[in-house]
Amino acid sequence: MIGNFPFVVCMILIALGLWALLFRRNLIKLAIGITLIESGVNLFLVTLGYVRAGVAPIYTYAPPGAKMVLPTPQALTLTSIVIGLATTALMLAFAVVIYRHRGTLDARKIRELKG
Amino acid sequence: MKWIKVGAFLVMVGFLVGAAAWMHPFGVPWASEMDDYFIANAQGEAGANNVVTSVVFDYRGFDTLGEATVLFCAVVGVALMLRRVLR
Amino acid sequence: MTVVVRTVARIITPMILAFGGYVIMHGHLTPGGGFQGGAVVASAIALLLVVFGARRLAGYKNLLSLLEDLGAIAFVALAFLGIGYTFFRNVLAGSGGLFGMPVPSGPNPGFLDTGGTLPLMNWAVGLKVIAGLGSVVLLLGLFGGGDDR
Repeated sequence: MIGNFPFVVCMILIALGLWALLFRRNLIKLAIGITLIESGVNLFLVTLGYVRAGVAPIYTYAPPGAKMVLPTPQALTLTSIVIGLATTALMLAFAVVIYRHRGTLDARKIRELKG
Repeated sequence: MKWIKVGAFLVMVGFLVGAAAWMHPFGVPWASEMDDYFIANAQGEAGANNVVTSVVFDYRGFDTLGEATVLFCAVVGVALMLRRVLR
Repeated sequence: MTVVVRTVARIITPMILAFGGYVIMHGHLTPGGGFQGGAVVASAIALLLVVFGARRLAGYKNLLSLLEDLGAIAFVALAFLGIGYTFFRNVLAGSGGLFGMPVPSGPNPGFLDTGGTLPLMNWAVGLKVIAGLGSVVLLLGLFGGGDDR
C-alpha cells in the first residue's frame, strides 16, 4: 500500500474538499470546496500516466534512449483545468449577485423563491 | 441529521482511500498501446517536437473545440449576470 | 495606488507580455502552448486592473470582445482546412508551405519552422483565452462601482 502513496494523497485532497462541501454554510467556502475537489481530480489524472524513470514527452533536447511518460493524461488534464476555471468564474459571479440582492451569504437563509 | 452526514462522509472517504490503495502499482501503466503509437509517430505525422501539443491539437482536436466552446459560454454567462441595467 | 507601484507596473507589463508571447509561440517545441501562454498574459491584465483601477480600463471591453470572436473564428477556419481527408487534419505539416519543414526524428534542438497548423492554432486559442479571462476579471472589477483603492 505504501507504494501507491501518490494516489492516496489525491484521494485525501478530494476528501478535504468533500468535507468543506458538507459541513460549511458560507457560499464562498462552498466554492473553495468545489475547487479543491477539482484540483484533486486533476492531480490524480496526471499521476495515472507516470512511467518509472521516465522523462517529459518532448523531443527537444531529450536525453537519448530514455523512456517517455504517457502524454494522453496530460492532454486531458489541460481540458479539465480550463473547464474548472469556467465553473469557478460562474460560481463567484452568482455569489456576488446573490449578496447584492439578499444581503447575506448563508446558504440556509436563501431558501424561498420570492420575487 | 448530523450523524447521517458524518456517517456518509466516512463511508465515502473509506471507499476512496481503499480504492486508491488497491489499484495497480504506481509507475507501471495499465494499458499503453495508444500512447506508444503517439510517441513513435508524432514527429512524422504531426511534425512537432512536443507530443502533448500534437495530441491536444492534432490527434484529439475535437476535445479542444469543445473546451473552447465551454470557455466562450462561461464568459457569456458571466457577462449576462454582471450587467448594469440602465434605468 | 502609490507612485512606486505604478512605476514598477509600467516597467514590468511589457516583460510579462513578451514572456507570454514566447510561451504561446514556442508551443510546439517546449512545454507550453495556447492555454498556458494565454493565462500568463491574462495575469498582466489582472495586474493593470489592481494598480490602475477598473474605471480606467472600462473602455477596452469592446476590443476584448472583438479579439475573442477573432480567435474562435480562426480556430474553426483552421480546422476546416483539411476537410478533403478528415475534419482536423494537419495539412501543412512537412509540405514546404508556411510552417512546413520536415522534422528530423529523435532528439534534436527545436526548429521554429515546423509544426504545420499547430502554431497557428496556438495563436488562435491564446487570443481566445486572453480575451476570455481578461473580460471575466474586468467585469468582476467593474461590478463593484469601479472604485477600489
